[in-house]
Amino acid sequence: MTQTVETPTLDTGFPVLKGGIESLRDPGAVLRIPHLPESVDEVPTDDETMIINMGPQHPSTHGVLRVMLELRGETVLRCKPVIGYLHTGMEKTGEDLTFLQGPTNTTRMDYVSPMFNELVFSLATEKLLGLEIPERATWIRMLMCELNRMSSQVLWLATNGMDLGAVSMMIYGFRERESILAFFEKTTGLRMNHNYIRPGGVAADLPDGWRDDVRKILDVFPGRLDDYETLLTGQPIWQERTQGIGIITADECAALGITGPILRSTGVDWDLRRDDPYLFYDQVDFNVVVGTYGDTFDRYAIRLNEIRESMGIIHQILERMPAGDYRAQDKKVTPPPRGRIDESMEALIHHFKIFTEGFKVPEGEVYVAVESPRGELGCYLVSDGSSKPYRMHIRGPSFVNLQALAPMIQGGLIADAVAIISTVDPVMGEVDR
Amino acid sequence: MGDPLFVDGIDTAVVLIVLLKVIVVFVFLLVAVMLMVWFERKVISDMQSRIGPNRAGPWGILQTLADGTKLFFKEDLLPELADRRVFRLAPFLSILPAFASFAIVPIGGTISIAGHKTFLQLADPPIGVLFLLAMSSIAVYGVMLAGWSSGSKYPLLGSVRASAQMVSYEAAMALAVAAAVLSAGSLSTHDIVAAQDSLFRWNIFSLGVVPFVVFLIAATAEANRPPFDLVEAEQELVGGFHTEYSSIRFALFFLAEFMNTVTISAMVVTLFLGGPNGPAISFLPSLWPIVWFFLKLLVFLFIYVWLRATLPRFRYDQLMDLGWKKLIPASLFWLLLVAALRIGRLEGWNLGFVLGGGVAVGALGWWALSAALTLGQMDDADLSPAALGEVSLGEVSLGEVSREDVNR
Repeated sequence: MTQTVETPTLDTGFPVLKGGIESLRDPGAVLRIPHLPESVDEVPTDDETMIINMGPQHPSTHGVLRVMLELRGETVLRCKPVIGYLHTGMEKTGEDLTFLQGPTNTTRMDYVSPMFNELVFSLATEKLLGLEIPERATWIRMLMCELNRMSSQVLWLATNGMDLGAVSMMIYGFRERESILAFFEKTTGLRMNHNYIRPGGVAADLPDGWRDDVRKILDVFPGRLDDYETLLTGQPIWQERTQGIGIITADECAALGITGPILRSTGVDWDLRRDDPYLFYDQVDFNVVVGTYGDTFDRYAIRLNEIRESMGIIHQILERMPAGDYRAQDKKVTPPPRGRIDESMEALIHHFKIFTEGFKVPEGEVYVAVESPRGELGCYLVSDGSSKPYRMHIRGPSFVNLQALAPMIQGGLIADAVAIISTVDPVMGEVDR
Repeated sequence: MGDPLFVDGIDTAVVLIVLLKVIVVFVFLLVAVMLMVWFERKVISDMQSRIGPNRAGPWGILQTLADGTKLFFKEDLLPELADRRVFRLAPFLSILPAFASFAIVPIGGTISIAGHKTFLQLADPPIGVLFLLAMSSIAVYGVMLAGWSSGSKYPLLGSVRASAQMVSYEAAMALAVAAAVLSAGSLSTHDIVAAQDSLFRWNIFSLGVVPFVVFLIAATAEANRPPFDLVEAEQELVGGFHTEYSSIRFALFFLAEFMNTVTISAMVVTLFLGGPNGPAISFLPSLWPIVWFFLKLLVFLFIYVWLRATLPRFRYDQLMDLGWKKLIPASLFWLLLVAALRIGRLEGWNLGFVLGGGVAVGALGWWALSAALTLGQMDDADLSPAALGEVSLGEVSLGEVSREDVNR
């Protein structure tokens, strides 16, 4: 590149690379910690500071996140997240799989909330196809997603508690998640990576007695959530550890494209379920939980209360679940019922064709976004008219939110850094894709 | 006073009795640690709705033995950058004080063996509790040198935390102990226990609960138990000072930690809960004090496990704040108050007057301290983490609310 690249400036006062974008192309530049912001007048010498690599093998970096921290004593001066240790090339793999196989691939990205990955891919495919799916299928999708949101937030509560030293919370969170995973296993056959939500509907109808199973979960949860509040929310050490820690403002969130609980913790009332409704979210009542200070405590409180809101939604779904088909009876998209295959030659052919070469999707491009437990999960699909996507891109909220790490951690202590990594809630499978 | 064993001079029988006591205490501590680890794992499992160890022996009671045996046969790794000699020495510096400090704990009354009367405690030196403080100071070296000699960053951070934490909490602990010493008029643990001969003369009641609470908190911090386990904070520092240790050296640290928990609980019982004192029962009179002692000990061991299952971990600066700004002033004030009341009682002053004056002086001191702290915070505002955060973020101000929250 010969022409000079203008130094990107953000009016939010973020540290900007000296030497512009060009300096990123120096050998090894990726691993260099960014310059100190210009407002720091005294530059500490190497004797005073220590660079510590937290991760990729570290108990509390939530997988294989690596965070380079420059420390003076225990205070973090600079911070740089380094990603890529779980790179699996799922977006590229997606181009080699048919649209029907797509969810099998995408479900493995955010392995804590797999339903949302399947959902967003299926919604994008259906939008390209212009396919209407039966009402029951949509309600089933909502049910599964909200349950998954609960299990994801509960898992977050567990790991966050663990990161702050409240070890019992870890086990409690996993215990609650287990009850939801048991229901998932009963419905989809798998505890994770279900491949349950597919283009055209869902893979199978809900099992017999599903209402009782779901009600049992809903009966247990409120008491358990109150227990967590007793254990953590009112606990003075917990409050001291979380309040006023890792503060981020709405402007910074907007500049960095941060969504989900982190954005809502700053007081911005933004939830795609309400502001850009998909499925039948416009037909159910729920509140969008919003924080005030944008600190770790707010993010904790938001996630805890989102579980309660999800329970409210599930109660409404239980009441309104219609009878009907669980997938669109479009011979080109969904396989025919098992019984038909024995009777009809055409059904057998359709079945064979769907699973060997897939279905053709009209040319076009589409972007669909859903509100995953971590923020805006988007899927951008380009189809060239064949049965495989020409390009699949996923906007992973974990990936985008990880950008908030550096501004939130800088100036805190190591212990805060751990708490903040936890509240960003990165799922590395989704970050690296 | 002193142990009646040595009154008639020292002969072979006396030496043998002392040796016997040494062996008994040694074995007792090892078994106690083994059971303590099992007890902790079982209780915490129960609190977390898990099962816990249940394979080795009945109810998994031999699990610790199995773990220890396994660790014996593991490879003993030595990091390349480690200071070899210190690295090897550190675990022993950690475990020796842990063994030694239990020597002064009275676990029962006076018994007679082969015609010799003796206290049921390994030693009753006239310096008594000073020995405990000295041993816990030496234990710092084990942790500090372990982290420093590992030649690695996480252990180094752990050892810095350890030395700061142990030094600052030692002061609070010593002040709390001083109150108990004052009420007994002796440093010897036997005399301290003897001074608490009835329920209402237990130091927890007669001194007010403040020294007891301060001692309990400070002792928890000294033993690196949660919520003060910053030294080995797994989520932050991986393993803290023992990150680089493996095999039996790691096991020694582990052993020392649990032994400290047992010792520190025993010291709480001795200093504030009357040690082996309890209702006298005519059947087997020398047995019951031991039973009372162990029952009290068990209560505190359970409390430590309970704390671990419940509380999140403190942050480094909060820990220092708690130690220097709350515990030390509180215990210092209480010590002076206890001393004033004692002098008042001896001199026949009006106790209400002394109490009122003491509280007034305390309030004045408290006001002066908080004023000084506020002023100090204004002075070194540039150094506080909150202010640093504000600087690094440039124009993005963290705002007033957050600032207060951080400093609070």
